[in-house]
Amino acid sequence: MDAAVVGGGAAGMAAALEIRKRGARACIIERDDELGGILLQCIHNGFGLHEYKEDLTGPEYAERAVRGVGEAGIAVFTRTTVGEITANGAARELTCYSADHGVMRIFARAAVLAMGCRERNRGNLRIPGSRPAGVYTAGLVQRLVNMEGYIPGRDVVIIGSGDIGLIMARRLQWLGCRVHAVVEIMPYPSGLTRNIVQCLNDFSIPLYLSHVVSRIHGVDRVEGLDVTPIRNGAPDPAGQFHIACDTILLSVGLIPENELSKTAGVLITPETNGPVVDATMMTSVDGIFATGNVLHVHDLVDNVSDESRLTGGFVADYLSGTRPARQVRVKPGSNVRYVNPSRVDPGRGNRLYLRPLIVKNKAELAVRAENRQLRRVVLNHVQPSEMISLTLRERDMTDLSPDAVLEVSLS
Amino acid sequence: MRTNDPLDVLVIGAGVSGASIARKLSAYELDVALVDKECDVSFGTSKSNSGIIHGGFHHSVRHLKARLEIRGNAMFDQLHKELGFPFRRCGILVVATHSDEMKVIGQLYAQGVENGSVGIEMCSRERMLELEPKLSPDVLGGLHAPSGGIIEPYRFVFCLVESARRNGVQLHTDFKVAAGTFDGASWLVRAEDGRSLRARYVVNAAGLFADEVSRAFQAEEIPLTPRKGEYFLLDRSTPACPARVLFPVPSHNSKGVLVIPTVEGTVLVGPTAKDIHDKTDLSTTAEELEKIFDYAKRLVPRVSQGDVITSFAGLRPVLKDEDFFIDFSSVVPQLIQVAGIQSPGLTASPAVGEYVKDLLRKAGVALTEKKTFDPFIEQVPRLREAGPWEAESLIQADPRYGNVVCRCEKVSEAEIVAAIRKGHTTMDGIKYFTRAGMGRCQGGFCTSRILKILTRETGMAPERITKKGRESFLLRGRL
Repeated sequence: MDAAVVGGGAAGMAAALEIRKRGARACIIERDDELGGILLQCIHNGFGLHEYKEDLTGPEYAERAVRGVGEAGIAVFTRTTVGEITANGAARELTCYSADHGVMRIFARAAVLAMGCRERNRGNLRIPGSRPAGVYTAGLVQRLVNMEGYIPGRDVVIIGSGDIGLIMARRLQWLGCRVHAVVEIMPYPSGLTRNIVQCLNDFSIPLYLSHVVSRIHGVDRVEGLDVTPIRNGAPDPAGQFHIACDTILLSVGLIPENELSKTAGVLITPETNGPVVDATMMTSVDGIFATGNVLHVHDLVDNVSDESRLTGGFVADYLSGTRPARQVRVKPGSNVRYVNPSRVDPGRGNRLYLRPLIVKNKAELAVRAENRQLRRVVLNHVQPSEMISLTLRERDMTDLSPDAVLEVSLS
Repeated sequence: MRTNDPLDVLVIGAGVSGASIARKLSAYELDVALVDKECDVSFGTSKSNSGIIHGGFHHSVRHLKARLEIRGNAMFDQLHKELGFPFRRCGILVVATHSDEMKVIGQLYAQGVENGSVGIEMCSRERMLELEPKLSPDVLGGLHAPSGGIIEPYRFVFCLVESARRNGVQLHTDFKVAAGTFDGASWLVRAEDGRSLRARYVVNAAGLFADEVSRAFQAEEIPLTPRKGEYFLLDRSTPACPARVLFPVPSHNSKGVLVIPTVEGTVLVGPTAKDIHDKTDLSTTAEELEKIFDYAKRLVPRVSQGDVITSFAGLRPVLKDEDFFIDFSSVVPQLIQVAGIQSPGLTASPAVGEYVKDLLRKAGVALTEKKTFDPFIEQVPRLREAGPWEAESLIQADPRYGNVVCRCEKVSEAEIVAAIRKGHTTMDGIKYFTRAGMGRCQGGFCTSRILKILTRETGMAPERITKKGRESFLLRGRL
């Protein structure tokens, strides 16, 4: 095999398709019964506006990619879990488990990590209180409702204003459940504005910004929770109030799922919880690439597909022996949480993805190196929940010295 | 259920004490039943504790609990061979960080020597850092007890109960004792739901609820205080995982906040010790959790809140004199009280079983060894413990080993099915048996998959499936 892609979601499929398009042989390894990943449980619309210039549901978006994978003749191993990846000279060895094939070893010249991410949970937040049934992550509820057809509870409070939680607020309200509140610790919502409007405001669901859940109540099943306002940076017990509910959803962020990457010795950065990648999306281990949410959490699947197509192209380059002549380091400057990738190829130009730390209208995005400005763009509006992408062209990076460091900042 | 032909012994409470007693008695020609108010065994104090096999130096042999701890510790190697629960003698370090604490270390050492704690040694600062390089540089010295170890407490109880049942003990779950009446020869024990059992002897090993059970038998008042301990569980990727169990120098009412490498590779920090009133209060609090990290960092500075995957609380049943109370009731006949079994109850449990057996013998119960007694139980192979070749043969024999249901702890469908077949039909029961849902994603991925397997295997409606029995339903209906 030329390339083995781990994960059959939007990222894995886009990468595999591009690799195949460029003439190399690729396979996809997916642990679920079918390709599609998390898209399959996202039955709401709003997908594909950039990628297909159409407003699609998650399964519709997935279907197009799945069809492409089928037509391209890409080998797909479903119900197969990759347990370990090791780099073995020129080959990447993937140890896989499946009921159909037993322990299967796949040898590939390149491996692409496209495992996506997992949801942060109650333990990560250390919410005090009892431990009853009825506390779920939003994505789990999305699966239980949309794919399994279950109703998790009747009276719901959502902790965190992430997009999945907002989408599920609307979904549960449609089911006849009562969503009593969304409680967000930050002074601004972490989900997209369109979701605040369409999923909360349209259903008169109160959003408590700068509030924290201070205790969960209930012995067998959730009976309610205490909410405490944050004032002057600290919880103010005087303002505490109680909401009765039987279900709590957590929508408090996603963590790239890199346990498998670690088995291969891939270097992970705490800035994104994803691998450090170079200008070609290659990780610290030769021949292992990373793309999509396993690299950094995206807010739009369209960006995942776009990024992964580029990654697929880089993998094809690698397979044909083409590597950048030289790479230059990139680092986040002021008001930027991280930049991916962490190196650029001045001989070719590069797409950069970054997360702002600030909320601002008419923000100036600047790329500087060696005391000069390489690129400057004014952005209408930036906020931490929306990823920014920027293309650096070859002509932006002329005459850079070999040890130049590009700094990307917002002001 | 029979009520005429009385059992020889009825054990109330399927925690580690009751399970050890039942398993011990199952080696003799006796009719024994084990009952518990919960829907599965080990669902009380025995599931939420530190999982430590203590080293026999914390308490003086003047106390019953110390004598049973020492005896119990020595019994674990044999039990481990027979039952195969996760257990490792990793050793214990007691860490002194102030000069006045070194005096206590000296006392603990002398006590350990007197108690016969195997291989116990006083350690210099250098020796401590050599034994545990992750220790705080503030360490001044300490104590090393190599006979101490770690264990998965719920798995231990599951194994004991499975072994007891294999050897003829009946198990009745959801059996909440309401009343016991003595007719001159035997006890009639009634459950809240109307079921009843008759037995010549009753053992009250009801843990936190031993006081209520004693009252139901019109026996003596057992003044138990619940002492809450809160814990944090850290992901196996934490850089803070020590090689040995780390104790601070103990205080008057607890052994302090520890840093524990669990036998399955995660790290536990805790417990706190706070006397409370409400026996159902298993809540964690922000203040105590803060304290845990303050204390734990004094032992291992790299302990970090960022590595937390979950937190929980357990309640120790504490008697005024802090000792165990194991004896015949002085008020009513043929009732053995096993109360106040707090730390080191897990370590002592095999010896508690033996001790209760001896009490019965002294009372004139004929104890004939069962010729058919089989000390072993069937072992369920674990995918995460299998190398690639072993995994291949597991999948060949049962393809469900190839279906990884819990990715964080690498648990296969075959193991989930085995748990269900052994009677663990709640999400928590399956979790404790297999570890599915115990890892870093805390069930985010596997919950819907386990629900499906549970419904398929048991024929239960999904709406009837619970987290931990009673009303802890996972779902409220279907679309």
